[in-house]
Amino acid sequence: MTSTSNAAIAGGSLRPAVVLGGNRIPFARAHGAYTGASNQDMLTSTLEGLIARFGLQGEQLGEVVAGAVMKHSADFNLTRESVLGTSLAAHTPAHDVQTACATGIETVGGVANKIRLGQIDSGIGGGVDTISDAPLAFNSDARELFMQLNRARTTQDKIKVAMKLRPKHFAPLAPQAGEVRTGLSMGEHQALTTHDWGVTRQEQDEIAMNSHNNMAAAYEEGFFNDLMTPFRGLDRDNNMRPGSDLESLGKLRIAFGKQLGEEATMTAGNSTPMTDGAAAALLSSEEWAETNNLPILAEFMDFEVAAVDFVNGEDGLLMAPTYAIPRILDRHGLGLDDIDFFEIHEAFAGTVAATMKALADEDYNKNVLGRDKALGQIDPTKLNVKGSSLAAGHPFAATGPRIVASLSKMLHEKGPDSLGLISVCAAGGQGAVALLRGR
Amino acid sequence: MSQTDGYTRFVNQPFGKKIAKTAGLPQPVPLRRHTQGDPLVTGPVLVLGSSAAAESVAKQLWKEEYDVRRDVGLKQNFAAVVVALDGVQHPQDLSDTVLELGQALRQLDSNGRIVTIFRDPNAASVTNDATALAARRGVEGFTRSLAKEMRRGATANGIVLGDDVEMTAASAQSALRFFLSGRSAYVAGQFLTVSSSAGEVPANWDAPLADKVIVVTGAARGIGAAISEVLARDGATVIGVDMPSAGDALSDVMNRVGGIAVQMDITAEDAGDQLLQKAGERFGRLDGIVHNAGITRDKLLANMDDSRWDSLIAVNITAPLRINEQLLQARGDGIVADSLRITSLSSTSGIAGNRGQTNYAAAKAGIIGMTQAYAELLGESGGSINAVAPGFIETAMTDAMPTATREVARRMNSLQQGGRPVDVAEAIALFHADASAGINGTTLRVCGQSMVGQ
Repeated sequence: MTSTSNAAIAGGSLRPAVVLGGNRIPFARAHGAYTGASNQDMLTSTLEGLIARFGLQGEQLGEVVAGAVMKHSADFNLTRESVLGTSLAAHTPAHDVQTACATGIETVGGVANKIRLGQIDSGIGGGVDTISDAPLAFNSDARELFMQLNRARTTQDKIKVAMKLRPKHFAPLAPQAGEVRTGLSMGEHQALTTHDWGVTRQEQDEIAMNSHNNMAAAYEEGFFNDLMTPFRGLDRDNNMRPGSDLESLGKLRIAFGKQLGEEATMTAGNSTPMTDGAAAALLSSEEWAETNNLPILAEFMDFEVAAVDFVNGEDGLLMAPTYAIPRILDRHGLGLDDIDFFEIHEAFAGTVAATMKALADEDYNKNVLGRDKALGQIDPTKLNVKGSSLAAGHPFAATGPRIVASLSKMLHEKGPDSLGLISVCAAGGQGAVALLRGR
Repeated sequence: MSQTDGYTRFVNQPFGKKIAKTAGLPQPVPLRRHTQGDPLVTGPVLVLGSSAAAESVAKQLWKEEYDVRRDVGLKQNFAAVVVALDGVQHPQDLSDTVLELGQALRQLDSNGRIVTIFRDPNAASVTNDATALAARRGVEGFTRSLAKEMRRGATANGIVLGDDVEMTAASAQSALRFFLSGRSAYVAGQFLTVSSSAGEVPANWDAPLADKVIVVTGAARGIGAAISEVLARDGATVIGVDMPSAGDALSDVMNRVGGIAVQMDITAEDAGDQLLQKAGERFGRLDGIVHNAGITRDKLLANMDDSRWDSLIAVNITAPLRINEQLLQARGDGIVADSLRITSLSSTSGIAGNRGQTNYAAAKAGIIGMTQAYAELLGESGGSINAVAPGFIETAMTDAMPTATREVARRMNSLQQGGRPVDVAEAIALFHADASAGINGTTLRVCGQSMVGQ
């Protein structure tokens, strides 16, 4: 289907991109329920659930964009291969995006932008990740030898190269757990930021407790009934602990920042565990939604990406959203008070707390962000009201579409013109934020 | 689960056949089932009797180029025999026609069909007419017994015509086509009562549900999945409903049939309204609902606790009652069709009773009551409500039964085998067609003429 009016990219005017809904599979703690499921399995199932929910069988969508952070080299066309395994028309194009944990916002945002420009009328933004089926590669010495072997022409040359093979060459290269340029793990980075901002253990444990209890309540009220499809025997996120309390969270041992001694605050309870899962959101133009009789939940207004200089220690690794949030709000003439729901991805409870403190901090706003005054306080009662990553888990690329779909439903229930802000921090000192408006 | 059970496969091989014959064991055959585009029958059809009904059946089949015969002839094989007994006024009147039928039985093909046609014994006109009522009841008993004499997958069933209904009525034709075709594979010794001339013949008998939007509860697996497939095959758009925990199986089924998946608990207070909203949003209409979702919580009554009893009643009968109320409430608001068709799954346990299933039988007999009660209200605007009572149907649930129990249960019926989910689905589809509007308030057993119950 193509629109009859002039597309924005061809001189027409921009049109809204709207969110119609989403689907995800329950998230599972790594090396557990989804052991043996590949990224493609999970993404395909997630798309199939979405297709069934919206009756998209045989439909040719404008594009499906998804990605994974942990990806096998064989999965270079992960999304297209997944689409070919679904009930969508084979004429639906697809491409992959990979930008750490911001992947999922980037996929949804990319689809939204194409819709707004009139390049496509409908699309799916998604993301998937598995720790349980993470790629292991030959180390670079081994790879160099195998390349030499490939280039060797005579049998003699080949034997010569083969003779150089040693057991050490078969030690696999696991995906980097730490930041490439600092060697520190993400948790260790966050421990420094958490400490710098003076975030207490109690503050973090409260964020964790609220995440679990909010999400458990959302399950109880059936909030996820039209946002989720079971997968491999799971029908709920298996990391979630209903009835979490500060007492049990307070007993957990320190996991990150041990060098801080008494002042260390980050535990397994207030940090998000490694998780497997996938999520997707369905977007379209208003006309496409109307033609297909699909109710509109929200408008995907805008998204913004920022990066920080964490390598030289000027910024915290996961603080990029503090740059992106003021920029996107300024662009739309909005303040924090205008926002009805804040969805700040809980990589660590400390990230959420530090982000909120930074945005409210006069010095940080003036000296780091270059603003004349603090952006303001985020009302904690508007924060992650249906739970977030500490409860659900965080399969890297899947977190963005998970939040987009849930937030769209929340905004739709809240009513027209309600506003929601998403903030997702990412490895490499990046972060993506997005702005949605309820319909 | 294969298409036939192991025993049936065994006795349909030369060696197995010999053993079964010698030992006098049951000899089930694979049943003829319908696929899209199949003719009603693949051989000559004998039409017996001289009433108007016989004439109209013969004429209709002849018009559709079936090989129609009016007498038994010599050594002629028949795929089906239609026996018009609608003119009988006295039990004595039966003899000529039924004895002629007797002559034809040896020439009936495997998976052959006998369909009797007679007037309704429950009609007001014969309430006090002893001979007429005796004659009509007589045909009923005759048909049931004949069904038990059928072999090799053949069945005998009856079409019961209301006093003002002729065989030309859409629903009489719909019933006849159902009984003749592979759609009625597992229906034996049963009757379809056509109580009015309501309904219209479809443009295409292969798509009798074209443009219909129908909700199927419990659509994720087993019988519900089969119902979804058959409704979609016959042209309907399916809204499949199941518990959120069955969402993955549900989405597989819906993607196969081109329907939409709705994950919800049908025991929710507003389940009917939610379904209405969904159907309204997406399709602007709702033509029917299949109350298929059900659970079993078997226990002897002495050991029954309140959770087993209450949860079963909530799902199996309270939910259908409440959803129907909400749908009926919304009639005239533009979404619910005037010709709303409701079907529900009852069970032979609800008719005959079953040890350990007091709760289940209460609910499933309740379905029959609900079906009778709503018939008039729905019929007034061209709608209808009917129920299907399955007997032993091969599903994952029966696969889990102990082998000996299962083997006995399978053979305790005239077809000497279990039915398939699709057999139940075909009966449900029959009732959702506008052509069947004149069949209302009935419960059809799909049980291979199980020995338990009526």
